[in-house]
Amino acid sequence: MRLGLVIDLDVCVGCHACAVSCKQWNASGTTGPLTDYQPFGAEPSGVWFNRIRHFEVGTYPNNKTVNFPMSCMHCEDADCVTVCPTGASYKRAEDGIVLVDQDKCMGCNYCSWACPYGARELDRESGTMKKCTLCVDRIYDQAIPEAERQPSCVLTCPAHARMFGDFDDPNSEVSKVVREREGYVLMPELGYNPTNHYLPPRKHKPIPTDIGADKAGLAGKLKQFVNRMVKR
Amino acid sequence: MHPAFSVIFFTVLSGAGFGLFALIYLADLFKLGGGLPGAYVFWTGVLAIVMVGVGLLSSTFHLANPKNAWRAFTRWRTSWLSREGVLSVAFYPFALAYLALYWLELWPAARHFAGAIATLLAWLTIFSTAMIYASLKTIRHWNTPLVPAAYLSLGHFSGGMILLVVAMMAGVQALPFVLLSLFQLFVAAFVKAIYYYWIGRLGAGSTINTATGFTRAQVKLLDAGHTHGTFLTQEFGYIVPKLTAVSLRLISMLLAFAVPLVLLYFALEYHSLALGIAALVSVFAGLVAERWLFFAEARHVVNLYHGAQRC
Ligand code: SF4
Ligand code: SF4
Repeated sequence: MRLGLVIDLDVCVGCHACAVSCKQWNASGTTGPLTDYQPFGAEPSGVWFNRIRHFEVGTYPNNKTVNFPMSCMHCEDADCVTVCPTGASYKRAEDGIVLVDQDKCMGCNYCSWACPYGARELDRESGTMKKCTLCVDRIYDQAIPEAERQPSCVLTCPAHARMFGDFDDPNSEVSKVVREREGYVLMPELGYNPTNHYLPPRKHKPIPTDIGADKAGLAGKLKQFVNRMVKR
Repeated sequence: MHPAFSVIFFTVLSGAGFGLFALIYLADLFKLGGGLPGAYVFWTGVLAIVMVGVGLLSSTFHLANPKNAWRAFTRWRTSWLSREGVLSVAFYPFALAYLALYWLELWPAARHFAGAIATLLAWLTIFSTAMIYASLKTIRHWNTPLVPAAYLSLGHFSGGMILLVVAMMAGVQALPFVLLSLFQLFVAAFVKAIYYYWIGRLGAGSTINTATGFTRAQVKLLDAGHTHGTFLTQEFGYIVPKLTAVSLRLISMLLAFAVPLVLLYFALEYHSLALGIAALVSVFAGLVAERWLFFAEARHVVNLYHGAQRC
């Protein structure tokens, strides 16, 4: 098995609900707490597994805002695991999930240097490295209904921009949608072979706008006036 | 990258300590300058070992959870950080055996054997330290063979300068030690000069386009998604102002190489120990600046998600 996420950039509305629900679930999960520093102070900061960035793609007027959620990609060739001197970081053979054993980590930060995607954040309170667990404490939980055995972010997303599944199975939802929508991975040139895929925005017909209409010069204005008079 | 003082201190000090030890052994083996008196070899060896030890200890200060530091000896099969730890600890028994046999004036063959092994381990440890940085694909300023070349040559150059001052104190023939230092000075200076040239012209690499996958349009960050800084901005966000970087490069090259070169000339001319010591101090001041820049100038690709266009 190779478990991971697909993120649909076409429908993500950038509401940060996935990040908030991730924080809520994982604060009491296996790698919790996710410490906050000055949560109500002047410089609020803290540990998050999931962060949403916002990009502008293209130039005006052919531009578009793309909301960009990012968490651990559970890479196949994860250098974060290779470089870890203590063995705290590991990749599970059975499902490919990359985890940090909080009892072994010495907080050297080296793995965070090796991760290109900014998926690892040190918790200054516990002195250990923290990262997305793909809700490993939820997806196998027999006590909750089967439909809910998914990462918290996937269940929460109001736009259904997140999908969870097994990339090793060519007929899984995630494999199919990556095939059909030309899903891609980030920074393939670095060779980490990430599991998480992103679906590009669909190509829509441009929505006509009235840009330029009220910018008509004196001659244009005169013409509009005459037209209106003639119509009457 | 954020330049952490403990790591700067550690790499400069332990690099010089390992370099010094290797050179002591070689000077002993080849009877450089007619052979250093025994007490000088012994105490300089002790100095080298102390420098390595203090450096290694200071490196644990940047750990957020030092109680698990012993586990860092376990993953030497894959991690250069672990290899550095294992090799540096393995260095100790051989180095101590070498010095003990020197002190006791016993079994020269065994002494040379222990010294040779310790020297080999010293070289491998410096190499591992450098590979911690050079093996990262995420930081192109480090991902080059010039990094281990610089660590090895600078470690030997700075260690060799200590040995030169010791030779002057001992009153042995100084010329061979000066020549050794000069040779190492030029090698280290050339490696650093090539390094600066190299990182100024890195060529194509990851960009905001490959980071987001939008490779056919101009991409611009609108919002990084956090209110204040995060661990990522603290650790990777630091950018040296261009002018600071250029002037520090100049200062470090001057202090580490140019000033010592002139001082060495006059130290030899006037048989002045004080000038030798001044050259040594200048080298270490230059190396601290050099190491600070090494960290501060490195750019991690995660900055592409915080607004950088290329890394
Ligand atoms: S995204 Fe980063 S932390 Fe996650 S597996 Fe890949 S390299 Fe490791
Ligand atoms: S911070 Fe922890 S998990 Fe990361 S490399 Fe160091 S010991 Fe391993």
